[in-house]
Amino acid sequence: MTTSTPSGTRADDSDDRAVAVAARATDLTKVYGQGETRVVALDGVSTEFRKGEFTAIMGPSGSGKSTLMHCMAGLDAVTAGSARIGDTELSALRDKQLTRLRRDKVGFVFQAFNLLPTLTAAENITLPLDIAGRKADEAWLEKVIKTVGLADRLSHRPAELSGGQQQRVAVARALAARPEIIFADEPTGNLDSRSGAEILGFLRNSVRELGQTVVMVTHDPVAASYADRVIFLADGRIVDELRSPTAEAVLERMRRFPSTVHS
Amino acid sequence: MFRTALRNVLAYKARLLMTVLAVMLGVAFVSGTLVFTDTLGTAYKNQSAKSYDNVAVAISSSAGGTTHPRSKDAAADEGLTQQTLDRISKLPGVASAIGRVSGFAGAADSKGRLIGSGWSNTGANFAPGPDGKDPRYTFVSGNGPAQAGDVALDKETAARGGFHVGDPVEVATNGPVRTYTVSGIFTTDDGAVSAGGSLVLFDTASAQQLYLTPGHYQEITVVGAKGASQQQILAEVKPLLPKDGTADAQTGKELADAQAKQIEDSFSAMSTMLMVFAAIALFVGVFLIANTFTMLVAQRTKELALLRALGASRRQVTRSVLTEALIVGGTASAAGFALGVTIASGLRSAMNGLGAKVPAGPLIVAPTTVVAAFAVGVLITMVAAWLPARRAARIPPVAAMSSAELPAPAKSLLLRNVVGVILACGGAGLVVAGAATGRDSGRRAVGIGAFLLLVGLIVLTPLLSRPVLTVVRAPLARVFGVSGNLAARNARRNPRRTAATASALAIGLTLITGLSVLGVSVGRSVDEATVDNLSADYMVRMASGMPLDPSVAGEISKVRGVTAATALESAYFDVDGRFSAVTAADPRGLAETVRVTTVTGSQSPQTALAEGKILVDDKTAKSRGWKAGDVVQASYPDGTKAEVTIGGTFADNLVLSPVVMSDTLLAPHVDKPEVPQVLVKTTGGADAKTAEAIADGLGNNPAISIMDRQGIRNTFGGVINNMLNIMYGLLGMSLIIAVLGVVNTLAMSVFERRREIGMLRAIGLDRSRIKRMIRLEAVVISLFGAVSGVALGLFIAWATGRTISADLQAYVMVLPWGRIAIFLGLAALVGVLAAVWPARRAARLDVLDAIMTE
Repeated sequence: MTTSTPSGTRADDSDDRAVAVAARATDLTKVYGQGETRVVALDGVSTEFRKGEFTAIMGPSGSGKSTLMHCMAGLDAVTAGSARIGDTELSALRDKQLTRLRRDKVGFVFQAFNLLPTLTAAENITLPLDIAGRKADEAWLEKVIKTVGLADRLSHRPAELSGGQQQRVAVARALAARPEIIFADEPTGNLDSRSGAEILGFLRNSVRELGQTVVMVTHDPVAASYADRVIFLADGRIVDELRSPTAEAVLERMRRFPSTVHS
Repeated sequence: MFRTALRNVLAYKARLLMTVLAVMLGVAFVSGTLVFTDTLGTAYKNQSAKSYDNVAVAISSSAGGTTHPRSKDAAADEGLTQQTLDRISKLPGVASAIGRVSGFAGAADSKGRLIGSGWSNTGANFAPGPDGKDPRYTFVSGNGPAQAGDVALDKETAARGGFHVGDPVEVATNGPVRTYTVSGIFTTDDGAVSAGGSLVLFDTASAQQLYLTPGHYQEITVVGAKGASQQQILAEVKPLLPKDGTADAQTGKELADAQAKQIEDSFSAMSTMLMVFAAIALFVGVFLIANTFTMLVAQRTKELALLRALGASRRQVTRSVLTEALIVGGTASAAGFALGVTIASGLRSAMNGLGAKVPAGPLIVAPTTVVAAFAVGVLITMVAAWLPARRAARIPPVAAMSSAELPAPAKSLLLRNVVGVILACGGAGLVVAGAATGRDSGRRAVGIGAFLLLVGLIVLTPLLSRPVLTVVRAPLARVFGVSGNLAARNARRNPRRTAATASALAIGLTLITGLSVLGVSVGRSVDEATVDNLSADYMVRMASGMPLDPSVAGEISKVRGVTAATALESAYFDVDGRFSAVTAADPRGLAETVRVTTVTGSQSPQTALAEGKILVDDKTAKSRGWKAGDVVQASYPDGTKAEVTIGGTFADNLVLSPVVMSDTLLAPHVDKPEVPQVLVKTTGGADAKTAEAIADGLGNNPAISIMDRQGIRNTFGGVINNMLNIMYGLLGMSLIIAVLGVVNTLAMSVFERRREIGMLRAIGLDRSRIKRMIRLEAVVISLFGAVSGVALGLFIAWATGRTISADLQAYVMVLPWGRIAIFLGLAALVGVLAAVWPARRAARLDVLDAIMTE
């Protein structure tokens, strides 16, 4: 199941070459609350997410992995430091511009699917395009739908689909607008292992075959093993990074966490 | 159980806000009405009782005078003469007796305009007792009028005209205007004056001259001597009354009781009418309350299931929900009751501020009012919460265990639809059957049918909402993009809730549309029957509605530019054995000013009348079996009987009485013609100059009103317009509650769809389009309700119209499209306004928070 060499069309395994970066965090700090209740969720995180790469963010509960994703996706404001998508500095944007950025450059896959129950699968998939008022690129859309294997379910409503199918619709929705980066928050958390594996396969394929960039938050080492790269967070800091991970390697790294909490 | 219920109410207080407001407004309407009518009724009753305090016996006469239609044997009448008064004064049980005579009198202000409204300008005699005082009047300055040429004015009128003792004042009576000298200014308890009317006092001889015959009175009031009972005095007085039976004596107590009864009746009628509208408002509120409790129960499915799992019985669950309803209803009723009492006392001050003098008195909050307010508020809330409470009891205990949200049990609408179809079809059938009778007897069937149809449609609305809302989706999506598409889909998502919300609005609009169509149609028909039947440019009448001086027509005809001034005399006597209203006029003048449409008869109306024949209204002719050429007997007011020929029949005409004859035919049989109105035709049509010339010709008498065609229209149709406006105002309360319902539904929707809205925001739907989505949903629901209401209102108005046409022949249904368009526009606006708060909440939703909530 694991691969050591990403062989996508655009990704490259060479580290020190100037690679196109889809998103970058520099000294990213996020603090919640004040005084007694002050919690530092992110403490000077610096990292980058390359184009055409599948990154998994891991860490124990409360490590700040979800916060990192929310800040990078423009869903939460940062306290200090910088979060960029492409060349756009998110902290400089107001709500309207942020909304626009999410609409045009970011795709989302949520743990709880979050489909609109009133829309059919096809309508849910094209929702971001409809919101943007853009015409769908039919060829691309067809490719996406084929990739996630939903061709015969397009006229169904979410209530008529299984969990796995719903999440496939959500993945297709994230891909439909061909965003610069897709954020997936525990996408397999509500799925059985078979459906989960399918979804992870689609995410990986979207990187390998469709050239997309995916950042996924997970606490499942098997899920993380689908990624090209895993970064480990603890107490709001990046504490480690693995390239071309295997499930065993990730699990082994995770086991060491209790001792590294105070490092 | 009570504590749990109280906790729940407090926990969900924001979500119960609209419910509390709706119940509160309904209860305020009920209690406000009761307190207001009780307070006013008691105040008027006290006042009238006070005015009879001193009266032992009052004798009133229906004889004599020029202002009353004469009874057949009026010629032989003696009436209440000075002699009668003198003899009564000398009776042993009588301390004093005062003769009274009154009629119309209006004072003019410095610009020659009448002070007061015309209907309430009274003139009366000043009747001083031996002490020189008239107990009814208290003089602020000066004295009562002692000689011809003097008058006294009530304080309010004097103030409005700026008059002081010694000033000259122009006073109009039914005769020409005359200038008098103000001899005094007084205050009085007289009900008409305290209600905003004016009162001019003359010396007794002048008043008798003006209103009756010298030496005669219309009324004698007797003050009893010490120790004499009212019954005793009555017995003493009776033998002295004129033998012809035209006078009637009653004790002061009888009179006070009769008046109290009359006041009570009029206030209870007013109270009943207001209560009908309060009931409508409360009925509308039921939908809102039911929606709220349905939602609360749905949201607490797990919690209620847990109660069941822990051993609570179904009844206990039902009871806990009903207890919440009790707490909500009780709280809202208390607030509504307080609001109602405040409104009632505010209304009284407002009425005083507007010049309508309401007699002073304490605010009456009867125990029944308190009971009614709370009973209504609590019962309505509990009844509305009944079904949701039953539904809560049906939640299986296992629902507490399941991790995922149980899908709402998609109960089939089948039974509901069957019931709805039966009710709606039965109702529609009754309405059509009632309309088919074409008579007022069918109105009851129309009423009951309309109610059944309304209920049936309300029951069916969830079914109807689906296709309707599906149809509007495409255009909404085309115009408003994603927001429109999602709004339409959201609106049809919970058909029951959407239906209940829309129905609440539909009820108000059904009534408003129905009343508007009927009002406008009747108004148009009245127009047709008056203005369209007139070729005159002006109608001249007394502002008081009293008859004009017979000389008026002659004076007007001397004015330049006037081609005809036709006096329409009115008389009442038996024709063919039945008491009939008769119009008498100069045949040529009538032809020039009134369009008389001949239905049967070979002669022109003018010729027939000139030949001494009578014309009769077609409808009357039919009901009495008269035909052109028939000879009938007329029993004139002076007692003579004569045969008259029916010259022909004419079409319904509101200006004319059912029987029309020439003035020369009637003249020998009456002393003095009674002329309620004069119709005027001019060469150049109506303009300000001609109106001025006519007014000049009549000595600028402020008591005479000169109406052009628009004025005539306002007089006849104005009542209908005023009534419509009052109805709109009263229905406003149910509309406000319906709007609260829309707010409530949207707020609930926003709350329930937090996650979805969060997701939409995350994937790039901006705040303004989220707002637009909520707004459009509100507009769609409002318009759905409004359009169904308008459609139903039109149907009911059509049916009711059919039952009217027998009474009002010219009735043709007029559809006031302009008004209907305004109603629909307002409904859309209501949607937009109702959405303001929920939309803002939706737009301000914290995205992360919304997505993360389970």
